[in-house]
Amino acid sequence: MQDKVDLQVLTKNKLELPLFQSTIQAGFPSPAEDYIEKNLDLNELIVKNPSSTFFVRVEGHSMCDASINCGDILVIDRSIKATNGKIIVALLNGEFTVKRFVKTSEGCYLEPANKSFSIIKIPENSDFQVWGVVTYVLHRTC
Amino acid sequence: MSYIALVDCNNFYVSCERLFNPKLCNRPVVVLSNNDGCIVARSNEAKKLGIPMGAPLFMYRELIENENVAICSSNYTLYGDISGRIHKTLSTFSDKIESYSIDEAFLESSDLTCFQGIRKTILQNIGIPVSVGVANTKTLAKIATDYAKMESSGFYLLTDLNLLKKVKIEDVWGIGSRTSRTLAGFGIRTAWDFSMKQDLWIKKILGVVGLRIAHELKGFSCLSLEEVRGKKKSIVRSRSFGYPIGEITEIYEALSSYVSKASEELRQENSLATYLQVFLVMGIHDYLTSAHIHLNPPTNYTPKLITTAKDALKTLYKPGVKYKKVGVFLGGLVDASAIQLDLFSKESSIKQTQALKVMDKLNERYGGGTLRFLAEGIEQSWQHKRDKRSPNYTTNWNEILTIKI
Repeated sequence: MQDKVDLQVLTKNKLELPLFQSTIQAGFPSPAEDYIEKNLDLNELIVKNPSSTFFVRVEGHSMCDASINCGDILVIDRSIKATNGKIIVALLNGEFTVKRFVKTSEGCYLEPANKSFSIIKIPENSDFQVWGVVTYVLHRTC
Repeated sequence: MSYIALVDCNNFYVSCERLFNPKLCNRPVVVLSNNDGCIVARSNEAKKLGIPMGAPLFMYRELIENENVAICSSNYTLYGDISGRIHKTLSTFSDKIESYSIDEAFLESSDLTCFQGIRKTILQNIGIPVSVGVANTKTLAKIATDYAKMESSGFYLLTDLNLLKKVKIEDVWGIGSRTSRTLAGFGIRTAWDFSMKQDLWIKKILGVVGLRIAHELKGFSCLSLEEVRGKKKSIVRSRSFGYPIGEITEIYEALSSYVSKASEELRQENSLATYLQVFLVMGIHDYLTSAHIHLNPPTNYTPKLITTAKDALKTLYKPGVKYKKVGVFLGGLVDASAIQLDLFSKESSIKQTQALKVMDKLNERYGGGTLRFLAEGIEQSWQHKRDKRSPNYTTNWNEILTIKI
């Protein structure tokens, strides 16, 4: 709060009196006083565990049917267990990829969300690792 | 019964680089110091090739090329961020925690089981492999961690003190090479030998510090976890130049930028400096000259510190000499809130503080160096090389990992 006031003083260049941001006491309390909550914070919504949360940008179209488009930013939480159906960032043969993780009785697969791409079966004893689970997708519209 | 665990990251800098660049996982890797001069971290494969810690890069260039060793410039921004995540995660295992270094922490608990999930959690949540050594004392925990690094589980509980018969005295925490040579003169070669000596003898030869180490080796805890780091007593800032510099204007630029950074740190600590020293290094044998100035009143105001540092530099600088390094030392730090300001200077110092506060906030938000003092220079050609620095994957939106999908 204090720093916000200082910035205004420096840029305004006129009055050096600080602007009051909150309501001034005028004799009777505001009816909203008991109900005031803090502002909405995006971090609170999408970053549940800051220590295990990472951000990556994607390029390509293999996941567009899952609403992950070229240029989007993904929020990844490594602390979440990768279970059947979750979209994950994976390492296959030393390369990063983003696909839906599918686990059936027949084995594990990396499934794209685009009919032009084919499903990848994860071979037994292959160099495969789950890097993290995708929790949110940030898509810019304008 | 209280247990102390030492959690130590395996090849920390290398591990941080490998986390975002998996292609480094199949090759030996070395990480270079500022200026890309020396090797400050090695992967296990690089260690096996015989590359020693601190080795100058040029001495091992050929080996590095022949063995396909990957070279990374140090990326302390990245390492610092990953380290913060690790320390935060560790604090969920025990509220008694001491962050000992960028990649080590001591934890204390009476419940042994609380340490067992640490390695798995850090590897899963952050992707960094760690080793956990547990014992009754810090000194023993340090030894336990060395053994943990050799276990596939990455965990080692030291309960049998007979193990100390196999631990060389120079590998004991707190015993340096000089002390171990002294002790070798008395026939002491292992940690066991040392712990068996009489208290009076140890106190006579090594003082109270040595006595504490011996007691710790016997399982009696003398060193408690330091939970709060006291305020810094001094701040030093210096770097070697990319190439030797003779022009005073370039040296001024470098010095001003170091002073600027150091003053930022001063303000973060809410401290003022009472003493400023500038030093210059030259020649093959790193000959050092210095000049100091007392600051009255004590200050953390960057412009004043820059001017003072420049004055000090003027007394040291000799034309015709090429210098390898310049640095600034701010000492005699005092708490800013404890100092009473001069009545007449009160107004200007409040304005100074506010201006600096805004500058610090903008630099924090948009990246260090966004707002700089002109004295720091615009091109800064003296900056050290960091050709092979990895992107700041976790602190800069323009440098986050891009995955082709």
